[in-house]
Amino acid sequence: MARVEEGFAPSARGRRPVLVAEFGRALGWRLIAWSPVIAVLIAWEVFARSGAVSPFMLPPLSRVFERIASDAASGELVIAVALTLWRALAGFLIAAVVGVALGLAMARVRLVYWFFDPIVSIGFPVPKIAFLPIIVLWLGFYDVSKITMIAFNAIFPVVTATVVGVYGVEKEIIWSARNVGTNERAMLWEILLPAALPQIFTGLQVALPIAIIVGIVTEMAMGGYGVGGSMQTASRMADSLGVFAGIIVTAVVGYILVKLMSVLRRRLLVWHQEAMEPTTA
Amino acid sequence: MSEPRARALPALASALWRYVPVVLLLALWQAASDFGWVSTAVLPPLLSVLSSGYDLITTAEFWEHTAASLYRGSVGLLLSIVIGGALGIGMAWWRPVNYLLSPIVELFYPLPKSALIPVTALWLGFGDTSKILLIFLGCMLPVTIGAFNGARGSEQTLVWSARSLGASRLQTLRDVVVPSAMPELLNGIRTALALSFILLVSSELIVARKGLGSMIGFLGDGGNYDAMFAVVLAVAMLGFFADRIYQVMMQRALRWRE
Repeated sequence: MARVEEGFAPSARGRRPVLVAEFGRALGWRLIAWSPVIAVLIAWEVFARSGAVSPFMLPPLSRVFERIASDAASGELVIAVALTLWRALAGFLIAAVVGVALGLAMARVRLVYWFFDPIVSIGFPVPKIAFLPIIVLWLGFYDVSKITMIAFNAIFPVVTATVVGVYGVEKEIIWSARNVGTNERAMLWEILLPAALPQIFTGLQVALPIAIIVGIVTEMAMGGYGVGGSMQTASRMADSLGVFAGIIVTAVVGYILVKLMSVLRRRLLVWHQEAMEPTTA
Repeated sequence: MSEPRARALPALASALWRYVPVVLLLALWQAASDFGWVSTAVLPPLLSVLSSGYDLITTAEFWEHTAASLYRGSVGLLLSIVIGGALGIGMAWWRPVNYLLSPIVELFYPLPKSALIPVTALWLGFGDTSKILLIFLGCMLPVTIGAFNGARGSEQTLVWSARSLGASRLQTLRDVVVPSAMPELLNGIRTALALSFILLVSSELIVARKGLGSMIGFLGDGGNYDAMFAVVLAVAMLGFFADRIYQVMMQRALRWRE
């Protein structure tokens, strides 16, 4: 309670400069830690302007940023990123829901395990991207085939992580839940899922980058706009600025999504002992 | 002597029993076209896929494409293992290298690697070298991170005792740090192996005139679906067996830990 009152007390205003100074110091450390990245970016600019390579092979970074800015101003960038994100995230969500459900069923029902275990263990290492022309043959060129392809690629790590996670739940917990008369549904929602959540989340963290990678490949192979589609068009038209702008945009989008997942993980698993351990994320 | 053999039979039977669902699926595939549940234009029957697959593997063309794919994949993967592994161990062993490289690794690790396909094509064209560069760049970071985590996790007491017994820094690196980094390094390489197949096949599907991926696209465009399904199955089997063989090698390499 004391902390809440403090927040409203006038004395809080006096502490603001301290906060600003602290923020500045944190920002300074961040800048120092990230200085190699900044050095790489500066080296890119200098190298591209030195004339050692043609601007076609490596355009200066500043011109790539100008291109991104003009794409952003025309609205093209937002549409491309939104389309790619929609497909990748829709496929990822399907993979997450179906994958966790299938993994739970496999871990609980022996017949389901018998049927799906060999299929999952064969399907996991197979390069499923090779099935792309078959999916196109079946489902056409539009969003349905792209999202199916993404979900098909991303589901395997989710299933295996869920099975491993549920098998790893301590037997004592299950027994004591049974002893106090927990029914099957409560067992699922209140015991098994939360206890397996760390592993399930690791599976999801593997699946998300796969979803983005495959989403971009499907756009490159079949067209249909999006970041991958616009990069492929730029590459065909020898528009190297467009290609490099696409790389920077996908790098930023990928970085943000991966960071969001690790933030979400810490939020969801606050109660778990892993939250006590130091993280690099 | 007869005891292992007596146990081998039930083991074989249970292995066969394990793969019954796969056989069921394949039978379902054949039945689907035999009984006319789906049109053969959409799903060619398994038996005709197999027979056109047999025809394919007797042609020199198929093996040329396979050789092109295997060459690109293995050279790219090998480069990423050597350079990525060295970077990871270097980052764990020399602090300045870590300060220098870890922000760059952290920034590029989440980059969806397929975004590099147009850039490598822009730099090096549609041939082998652009695919090799793509696979090298795309597969390097998982190896680096595996090597880094493994080498960083090597027990300090082991390092100290090796040093106090008079091992030089390089000897300690070779005999203590690298072996203890092995399990995680090998896991990182397994991720890289899977990634190399994804990048290889997708880059060949998108920009190439040679390789199994381009063969799939070419056969599909020509409407030769029997053969297209056969090549897709061939690629799938290649990826599957590469992973299984790697797993066996990995277990062998880590046997000293038992």
